[in-house]
Amino acid sequence: MAEIVLDKVTKRYPDGALAVQEVNLEIADGEFIILVGPSGCGKSTTLNMIAGLEDITEGELRIGGQRVNERAPKDRDIAMVFQSYALYPHMTVKENMAFPLRLAKVDNATVERKVREAAEILDLTQHLERKPSNLSGGQRQRVAMGRAIVRNPKAFLMDEPLSNLDAKLRVQMRTSVSRLQKQLGTTTVYVTHDQTEAMTLGDRVVVMRGGVVQQIGAPQFLYDHPANLFVAGFIGSPSMNFVPASLENGALRSVLGDVTLTDRVRQLVEGADAPREVIMGVRPEHFEDAALVDAAALSSGGKFTAQVDVLESMGSDKYAYFNLTGEQAASAELQELAADAGSDDVPGDGISLVTRLSSASGASEGASADIWFDADKVQLFDPSSGRNLTYTER
Amino acid sequence: MAGIGGADTPAKKWGWGVLNAVVVIYALFPVLWILSLSFKSSKTLADGNFIPREWSLENYQNIFSTSEFTRALINSIGIAIIATAIAVVFGTMAAYAIARLDFPGKNLLVGVSLLIAMFPQVSLVSPLFEIERSMGLFDTWPGLILPYITFALPLAIYTLSAFFREIPWELEKAAKMDGATPGQAFRRVIAPLAAPGVFTTAILVFIFCWNDFLFAISLTSTEQSRTVPVALSFFTGSSQFEDPAGSIAAAAVVITIPIILFVLFFQRRIVAGLTSGAVKG
Repeated sequence: MAEIVLDKVTKRYPDGALAVQEVNLEIADGEFIILVGPSGCGKSTTLNMIAGLEDITEGELRIGGQRVNERAPKDRDIAMVFQSYALYPHMTVKENMAFPLRLAKVDNATVERKVREAAEILDLTQHLERKPSNLSGGQRQRVAMGRAIVRNPKAFLMDEPLSNLDAKLRVQMRTSVSRLQKQLGTTTVYVTHDQTEAMTLGDRVVVMRGGVVQQIGAPQFLYDHPANLFVAGFIGSPSMNFVPASLENGALRSVLGDVTLTDRVRQLVEGADAPREVIMGVRPEHFEDAALVDAAALSSGGKFTAQVDVLESMGSDKYAYFNLTGEQAASAELQELAADAGSDDVPGDGISLVTRLSSASGASEGASADIWFDADKVQLFDPSSGRNLTYTER
Repeated sequence: MAGIGGADTPAKKWGWGVLNAVVVIYALFPVLWILSLSFKSSKTLADGNFIPREWSLENYQNIFSTSEFTRALINSIGIAIIATAIAVVFGTMAAYAIARLDFPGKNLLVGVSLLIAMFPQVSLVSPLFEIERSMGLFDTWPGLILPYITFALPLAIYTLSAFFREIPWELEKAAKMDGATPGQAFRRVIAPLAAPGVFTTAILVFIFCWNDFLFAISLTSTEQSRTVPVALSFFTGSSQFEDPAGSIAAAAVVITIPIILFVLFFQRRIVAGLTSGAVKG
């Protein structure tokens, strides 16, 4: 077990393409860290560089305090779980799990014992003599995990290990991966494109975009204090609503009505030297049916009236979707997010808005609804740079 | 259950059965005829009966009584096995590099090796004859093994690289992460998975070497290195009035046996779909 340090690690391909740019990251011993981002953001390349499957162009990688840039994967003492599981089809489950130990020339009795232990942890004991082709997806996934844990490596690297499972199994395996990591206390680097996995699994999350780290922090911190438009849009499901707005004398004007900024937000915005035209971001849960909000809050927050486009009742909450007329918020980050979500080619003019209302709300589909939002929870972004103008460490 | 279009009705079954029988008989008839000839005695050889009226092992005794045939059999087996082994080993290495690595001149290499395979062999016979004579390779085992490897390698490389491309690269990465050196990864993970391809290739190459007549007749002159197909053509009766057809038939039957054994032996190792279950399909 050891800490992993990436010091200005850069990957440049021979054709000049920059896959990863100066990543600085200190992963503490026993920490569970998630690399997340849309496809092509460099997260898998970063993982492969830690593994030693790809060369590091510039910068230094240290595992347990030692520089390992030049070491072959086998000399780094780290285990990896692949997206495809990469089980050896000609070996049984037992042989698959024993393979790293056999290569390390561990004696037979120890191999036997360690494989049995790992199989017990992963509930694979009755499948030890089977071949991978006779296993279900979830079992194969567990064998891949088993092969990683048998030799107590310094660290686990996981490359989207759950993305080939169906939705229900993925949720189950997510909790068992988390439990396993806590149980073993091994430093883990986990790559995913799924922000739900990122939010639920990691001690800390690294959001990447175009080979550049956007923000590093605990999941809740990233959710509450995104450093920029990209992180704000990527973290959270349903994602944050973005609306173009303009700042005028401490008031915020947009299609969601005019709001007076709260003192907290105004101070942050003044300190950030904000432009006049901004992008306003509001999380779905910061909206509420105006009828359910008390008078004091009502007067301090923003309010607008619109026709409910679609209403989804989840029992505990109601999700109300609106389609407001007006220009969509435009920025490179938002376009990339839309492209990644596959929604860039969904036709639709105007601003679509997702709000999470209390189940007590009387809003109904097709009818007009009065919606309130919390002015203190509003986040403002610079449309040109994507910077969060209301960013704060607290 | 009746299948689509009534494919399983008795009439259809019979139809297919008859058709299959016709094709099989058509293909096997010459072989059976040779088999029948080989068991006939010299007196009844030309009587035109399909089933010999007089069964005899005379022809077999004849061919094994002289060194002409036995020596050729040893030459054939030795030359074909050595050429196959060398071609498969080098072919495996080359095919692996072609399937896995990106190196300058890769396409050129594949192109040139294909070109060699397509080169008309007959045009090489005279130059090879001259070269081998001046180098002292004429009428020796290496004198045949070398040209066989030349023509077998492109075949081996081409077949094997197709097999290697089928093996998921992630398996090799996984082996590396599990602590294997590149050599160990190849021996313990890639090679076992490529085995069906290696055996298929070995069969093809062996058959090619075994059946070659052109090089064998041009580059040999004595029993020292003459292979069976050539020795067959030199069979004569004990007198000029004796028809060697019986001996030739017996020899033809004998040389078919190693091929059948070879295919049967390796066929069991060719297990299709061995890689299934490695990665999520």
